[in-house]
Amino acid sequence: MSARWRELAHWLRHDRRAKWLGLLSSGVALAVLPFVLDASVGRTWVRVIDLALLYTMLALGLNIVVGFAGLLDLGYIAFYAVGAYTYALLASPHFGLHLPWWVLLPAGAVLAAFFGVVLGAPTLRLRGDYLAIVTLGFGEIIRIFLNNLNAPINITNGPQGVNLIDPIDIAGVSFGRTNSLLGISFPGTHLHYYLFLVLTVLVMFVCIRLEDSRLGRAWVAIREDEIAALAMGINTRNVKLLAFAMGATFGGVAGGLFSSLQGFVSPESFVVWESITVLCMVVLGGMGHVAGVVLGALTLATLPELLRHTAAPMQQQLFGKVILDPESLRMLLFGLALILVMLLRPAGLWPSPTRRRELTSAHAPGAV
Amino acid sequence: MKEGDLSVHLKTAVVGAAAALALVLSGCGKKDEAIKIGHAGPLTGPVAHLGKDNENGVRLALDEANAANIMLGGKKATFAMQSEDDQADPKQGPIVAQKLVDAKVAGVIGHLNSGTTIPASKIYHDAGIAQISPSATNVTYTHQGFKTAFRVMANDAQQGKVLGDYAVHKLGAKNIAIIDDRSAYGQGLADEFEKAAKAAGGQVVTREFTGTDKTDFNAILTSIKGKNPDLIFYGGMDSQSGPMMKQIKNLGIGAKFLTGDGGQTAEFLKLAGDAAEGAYASSPGVPLDKMPGGKAFAEKYKAKFNIEIQLYAPYAYDAANVLLEAMKKADSTDPAKYLPILAGISYQGVTGNVAFDENGDIKGGSISLYQAKGGKWEYLDTVGG
Amino acid sequence: MDIFLQQILNGLVLGSVYALVALGYTMVYGILGLINFAHGEVVMVGALVSLSVVELLLGTNLGLPAPLLGVVALVVAIGVCMALGFSIERIAYRPLRRAPRLAPLITAIGVSILLQTLAMLIWGRRYHTVPALIPPTPHAVAGATITNVQILIIVVSALIMAGLMGLVHFTRLGRAMRATAENPVVAGLMGVNINRIISATFMIGSALAAVAGVLVSSNYGVAHYYMGFVLGLKAFTAAVLGGIGNLPGAMVGGLLLGLIESLGAGYIGDLTGGFLGSHYQDVFAFLVLIMVLVFRPTGLLGERLSERA
Repeated sequence: MSARWRELAHWLRHDRRAKWLGLLSSGVALAVLPFVLDASVGRTWVRVIDLALLYTMLALGLNIVVGFAGLLDLGYIAFYAVGAYTYALLASPHFGLHLPWWVLLPAGAVLAAFFGVVLGAPTLRLRGDYLAIVTLGFGEIIRIFLNNLNAPINITNGPQGVNLIDPIDIAGVSFGRTNSLLGISFPGTHLHYYLFLVLTVLVMFVCIRLEDSRLGRAWVAIREDEIAALAMGINTRNVKLLAFAMGATFGGVAGGLFSSLQGFVSPESFVVWESITVLCMVVLGGMGHVAGVVLGALTLATLPELLRHTAAPMQQQLFGKVILDPESLRMLLFGLALILVMLLRPAGLWPSPTRRRELTSAHAPGAV
Repeated sequence: MKEGDLSVHLKTAVVGAAAALALVLSGCGKKDEAIKIGHAGPLTGPVAHLGKDNENGVRLALDEANAANIMLGGKKATFAMQSEDDQADPKQGPIVAQKLVDAKVAGVIGHLNSGTTIPASKIYHDAGIAQISPSATNVTYTHQGFKTAFRVMANDAQQGKVLGDYAVHKLGAKNIAIIDDRSAYGQGLADEFEKAAKAAGGQVVTREFTGTDKTDFNAILTSIKGKNPDLIFYGGMDSQSGPMMKQIKNLGIGAKFLTGDGGQTAEFLKLAGDAAEGAYASSPGVPLDKMPGGKAFAEKYKAKFNIEIQLYAPYAYDAANVLLEAMKKADSTDPAKYLPILAGISYQGVTGNVAFDENGDIKGGSISLYQAKGGKWEYLDTVGG
Repeated sequence: MDIFLQQILNGLVLGSVYALVALGYTMVYGILGLINFAHGEVVMVGALVSLSVVELLLGTNLGLPAPLLGVVALVVAIGVCMALGFSIERIAYRPLRRAPRLAPLITAIGVSILLQTLAMLIWGRRYHTVPALIPPTPHAVAGATITNVQILIIVVSALIMAGLMGLVHFTRLGRAMRATAENPVVAGLMGVNINRIISATFMIGSALAAVAGVLVSSNYGVAHYYMGFVLGLKAFTAAVLGGIGNLPGAMVGGLLLGLIESLGAGYIGDLTGGFLGSHYQDVFAFLVLIMVLVFRPTGLLGERLSERA
């Protein structure tokens, strides 16, 4: 059997027709996925996949900062918050403004990138561990401001959050309700799925192109040895700032999409643990490896839902009651995963070939 | 393994998927005899006991309805509950709501917290299903213009108003300090309290803030001490107000202390210890023994589940019964038919008379006040209702 | 004036605790160049363990006098935390000593999540009431009040810091620690067992964390599973403020941060005419941290180590 698989893999990799066939079939599979899920396990799962795609975008964004450039950012969720609030405030009854999505998504991205630079600029000189704590503080500052800027002037509506956010509306097709096309009805969750899928693929494409670009190699150089990179003529300041800005951009876009999907945002959604969750996805999948990060994000984002359907009933059967509720189990697994992955597979579950070589070679860079 | 083999594989895969799809679709087509009533609340996590309590309230109502041989559309109706766990997590709210909508429930009792109830309400509204929350008190929930959102408990605005009046008129407070915990609940309640207290002629000398993860309030309490208020109001939960009470006593602040339902708990008394003595707190609704049908309900509940009522079960029970009553009157489980009737209903429940205003809030929701005395909450008064 | 004095006292109490916890961060950082993110959780474990011991002893009806009860609880908490600190280093940090800097930082976050979740499973999510072994009687000091528990916190913290300074500067162990911090390789060549020194450092830091946990929980009368996270963050800020790796710096930084927070929360509302209020209390801590790192990365008292490779 394994021989046949290897043969298949070889054929898939080397035959052009096979490549196209593979692309086509995975495209078709992804296109019908929401309908299959809807019909088999319920529309809930389409929503779960929607959120998983958002997390994938976030993880890919964070991967630029952590994986490519090697800068540990623990406040990444702040950019997500910036994107989400930009969209929410300008497309809801809160200010009575209803700007279209094609203004708001780019605006959120730009604003997030701006905040990325604002965060990056003063922290450029900091070492990795200082940077971690400063970014964590930055994330909290953003959240605290969002939570408190309802007085004296009500900007963010404070802890109450912003409600009744307009869903994305493309050429009169509102993502907030069910639309029919050619006799097939597309509920809002499905439409969001397609949009998120397209954007996720786009982000993946950008990341893969970045990885092999001049800029991508500059990031890797900084990650491995900043002083050497500087000596090689890399403008480390600008290159680092670019990493922050680009990472933040993806976060900002994902935030805007989150607003459209949920219709409601409040500061509760942007706490420290969310940053750490996204970091877990990056680390688990494989820092610096786009495919690995996607795998990590999809796994961890669907994990809570999977656990709820498997772990809780299983415990119920085995012990007669639920000892570990799915949420605690998820946290335990997160903690364990971070430790075990770093100890046993520092390059992640699906590492990039180069990163694996670097991390497992006898002389690791940066060792004392 | 060449192209030919692959296409065979693909073909089998496609056929298999199609078959699975067909199977599922046919499964969906089969009509379930029982009418599904949804319940949503935290069934796992820190407030699972409250979620289960609500679930029991709904279950009791449905079981009684099933025993009563209700006829709907000329057929005997049987009701079944579908209960979902939202973990009190705002992100889970819409997911769980979607799950209930997927399952084609005729109506929903839930959710427990405002944080989940509000984002979920949009899903129910889009699906056109009635949602009656037994315990979510955030004002926003019923003020989104959704004709499907109802609640059977007084909201934070109603409570804040009663508290503000009470502070000024009954407790004689002139200079008031307000603290809130920057949560949706605490801030909302504190804002409403401030409005009402000012309207009643009280003066707010300062507004201070803390957080749901804080235990040190000395800095803000000292600042308050400097302003010499005769009453401190706190909008927030017992886990903060308990320790806060101790620090108030330690700093030698003599002002009266008043808080909302987040502090009217046994936990507050434990955390504050001796310092709790004399504190005032409110709670929506009336105590169980003051409810018209409270005693009988408590006995029924105990007999069926063999545990005591935790908190909101009577409200969940009433919410379910109001929903069933509307269905009976409409002679239909179709939301389009029973929703207008539900909006105009007047039903004598365990907790009192249930009728809704134009927003879906309970009309004349009552608020009760309590004072901590000798390590117990002593009932003082009920306002409204 | 008495209000101002009260805020100073509040700040000193708060700051003493920060300082005690900050010492743990700074000792580990001084020797390993590593932020032990899980240190805050050790404080939490200390608080909850001592609480359980007290509850257990109170339940047995042995009629032990309150101070003895407190001492027993403290000793058990210290023991548990030392074991915990030792294990954390062995399991999560030692294997990664030669790995890139990012690696131990990430395992530290993992340990932090793990400890918090385990504590939640063992002790539940609710806030626990800590029995008042010493009744907190308020004393009047020039118009301000301070309870005897608060006095105890300040005194104990001062004593411990003095003891630690003595240990580091006047004992064999202290000399070995300083040597390891200076250059682990050379220290090793000179016959210092580096692994033992590092373990000892973790255990001493954890013992201090246990003391801090017991003091904090008895001061506020509450303990809960996530009390360590914010406290740890603040203490780390304090350590950086004073100059991480620098023992007196941690103390100065802790006290300063306590004062900044207290005075900030107390006066910001009046100073800005109500525009900013006490809800920005946490922002001060983080802003101070960012400012210090940007303008004086070595901290107020200077850092023992400059850039490490």
